[in-house]
Amino acid sequence: MQRREMWLAYLMLAPTFAIILMIVAGPLLANFWISVKPVQLADLRPPSVLVNERVRGKPAAPGDAATLEYRLRNSSQDEEIRNVVLKDEVPDGFDVSTLPDVCSLDGKALTCSIGTVEPKWRERLKLEGTVSEVFLAAHRPERQSKPVVSGDANNILTNFDFTLENFSRIFSADEFWSVLRVTFYYTIFGTGGALVLGLFAAQLLNTAFVGRGFLRGLFLFPYVSPVIAVAFTWVVLFDPFSGTVNALLTKMGVVSDPINFFGQRAIEFSVFGINMEFPLALSTVIAFEAWRYFPLSFLFILARMQSINTDMYEAAEMDGATPLQQFWYLSLPQLMGILSVLFLLRFIWTFNKFDDIFLLTGGNAGTRTLTVDVYEQGFALSNLGAGAAVAVVVFVVLVTFATLFIRFSPKEEGL
Amino acid sequence: MRPGSVLLAAVSGLIWGVTAMVVIGVTLTLVTGEVAMPQASAAGLAGILSALGFVWRQSSDSAGGIPARGFSAIILLLVLMVASFATPFGLPLGMAPVWQGLALILFVFSVTAANAICLSDARFGPMSRYEREVIYIRIAKGIGFVVFTIIVALPFYVMVMTSLKSQQALLANPLDLSIDFSKGLYGLFRSYVELFTQFNFGRYLMVSAFVSVSTVVLTLLFSVPGAYAVSRLRFPGQALLARSVLLIYMVPAIVLVIPLYAVFSQLGLRNTLTGLLIVYPATTIPVALYMLQGYFRGLPSELEEAGLMDGLTRIGVILKITLPLSLPALASVSLYVFMIAWNEFLFAFMFLDDPDIFTLSRGVVSLNSSEVPRQHLMAGAVIATVPVLGIFLWFERFLVQGLTAGSVKG
Repeated sequence: MQRREMWLAYLMLAPTFAIILMIVAGPLLANFWISVKPVQLADLRPPSVLVNERVRGKPAAPGDAATLEYRLRNSSQDEEIRNVVLKDEVPDGFDVSTLPDVCSLDGKALTCSIGTVEPKWRERLKLEGTVSEVFLAAHRPERQSKPVVSGDANNILTNFDFTLENFSRIFSADEFWSVLRVTFYYTIFGTGGALVLGLFAAQLLNTAFVGRGFLRGLFLFPYVSPVIAVAFTWVVLFDPFSGTVNALLTKMGVVSDPINFFGQRAIEFSVFGINMEFPLALSTVIAFEAWRYFPLSFLFILARMQSINTDMYEAAEMDGATPLQQFWYLSLPQLMGILSVLFLLRFIWTFNKFDDIFLLTGGNAGTRTLTVDVYEQGFALSNLGAGAAVAVVVFVVLVTFATLFIRFSPKEEGL
Repeated sequence: MRPGSVLLAAVSGLIWGVTAMVVIGVTLTLVTGEVAMPQASAAGLAGILSALGFVWRQSSDSAGGIPARGFSAIILLLVLMVASFATPFGLPLGMAPVWQGLALILFVFSVTAANAICLSDARFGPMSRYEREVIYIRIAKGIGFVVFTIIVALPFYVMVMTSLKSQQALLANPLDLSIDFSKGLYGLFRSYVELFTQFNFGRYLMVSAFVSVSTVVLTLLFSVPGAYAVSRLRFPGQALLARSVLLIYMVPAIVLVIPLYAVFSQLGLRNTLTGLLIVYPATTIPVALYMLQGYFRGLPSELEEAGLMDGLTRIGVILKITLPLSLPALASVSLYVFMIAWNEFLFAFMFLDDPDIFTLSRGVVSLNSSEVPRQHLMAGAVIATVPVLGIFLWFERFLVQGLTAGSVKG
């Protein structure tokens, strides 16, 4: 019975295991592999021989001579291709008289073994012959069958060329350290902002009143809506030329020139003669993060607050504790557990965030975080290897966080 | 008379006067399109005086005379009109008189009501720390309601209203977010009509629906047996597994993108819906499994044991006892997974090139170019948002459960 139960359990878990190994665990490992390989985006299309077939000689009447010509080309500029074989069927009504040396004809089946070809190689294979009625009657007779070329080439993803250049490139780039700094600012302030807003919102809705259900639903909107919709709405709202916020600010005389919230790296200002910079675009992006994710912490904090026993508050009330004292000495200690769990979870998820910044600024104006850098290196600069190297950095930082999270997470919250 | 108590009433009046004026002035601007200049300092002064008047009437012993609310409302109106030279919103009174009148009434009513609620037990005489704190907290909460409602609702309001405007109207006055009925219903919903006729959004909507529903079905097919095994069956590694499921949804999608892109390109799965339908369930199964196993654990196991005694197989027990009992959890998980799949952006963006199989997220991104007018982009955003918000509002109870139970992927 025990054994059967065990096997049943494994059987039921097998599909889950399989898909997670394939789509999550596999790619995680593959990242390490790709990060030490010189892979460009273009290398994903393996080198192949391209072929083009046409009829030459303009045969007009049965018995005329014609040439069937295959033009072949190595698509790669720097990789050779081995064991190249071309296979095709000679069109109906074409009598072959001379064949190239490399080719052989078996009935209608044509096989040409070309062997190894160099990078940038080009060649024409010509079949001489005469045509008959059938050939002339057909429309584009050479299209009857498609020539197929096979060959073996080095696949950069599976061979054993390794390089550390990706890592040296990303670590030596000036911007890497600023990317790292921006990532931490974004993560810490984004998480903190979402938590503080969530705590406030939960305080507001903790007491019963008419319209509370409505407001709770409304407060969840930013979180439930697609990121694409809210991100673009923010972009439109804060647009320097046609955005509502800038129009309001300038028309009402708050600022003289429109502010490019998502495009300007920093605003300089001086306090007591000390010049300081305020990172504008980064702050706007952090505000978006706090706005979009406060509903989540709000929901959790509200749920926790409503489970706090009210006896305690009644006792405190008797003893003359003021509302702020009650919040500070009673509510907050009770909420500490959920707050710390939320902080750690949100910290990791904010660190992982890609969509929001990518849609808002594209990582420009001093808002490029590590995750956006993965995209930037891998796809915008077409260097998959470097992108994977940044992804490895992301993963390593994340494992550090996760270790801390597991060590310090309060057990009794049971999240 | 205590200075602290007077100050308290003045602070309440000042805050509510300024807040109400700014909010109502900006709303007036957005509704009428005329640029209002809310006279915040006049409103603040009016608020202070009317709040003081309110507390004075409320705490004075004489029971007769005008009630405190009416008294403070009159002071408010008079001071505001005098201090702003009869232009409370910085607009000549002849401009949009109906709206201005409404705004003025709204201002007087809301400031008076807010002060009356906040200062309901206030007096000029000595007040205890407790009483004063209660009033400060009322003010802070009131401001909190206003601020939160605005910051949450404003972007959605702008999204909907922008989608209903025309290009010229937007450029001419970005502040005019009123509804313009003069061009008829077609003129109003032109962006939507064009998105559905010229930009293929009907198809995107179908693809999104197909992908999301398939993801839900696939996720449930995988995660229900898995969750049952983890929660009910004993096998070596059970505890470890229940824990490590949580770790999987901390893996960032961006780390998976490069290898999946490379492999799917070579297998020909990129740019297909099959590819998406492999990736989406893989990212949602761990969450679903975690949520479901928590629920299954809470079901009384005696029922299942009774079923086993009566000769049902394990599969029979799951189908006939466990699943019917966990319908609410299944609903939460389904809605939650649906939401994730519908809102997913990264993989759709990286994998799909062919406009015939764009999901809505991918389709809206393709509208983000300088050649497509802004109102189309916003109309696309509305089309992407409405179904998921509709489902959310309809099944709010289940979804909120799902959000909290799954502690949610971020």
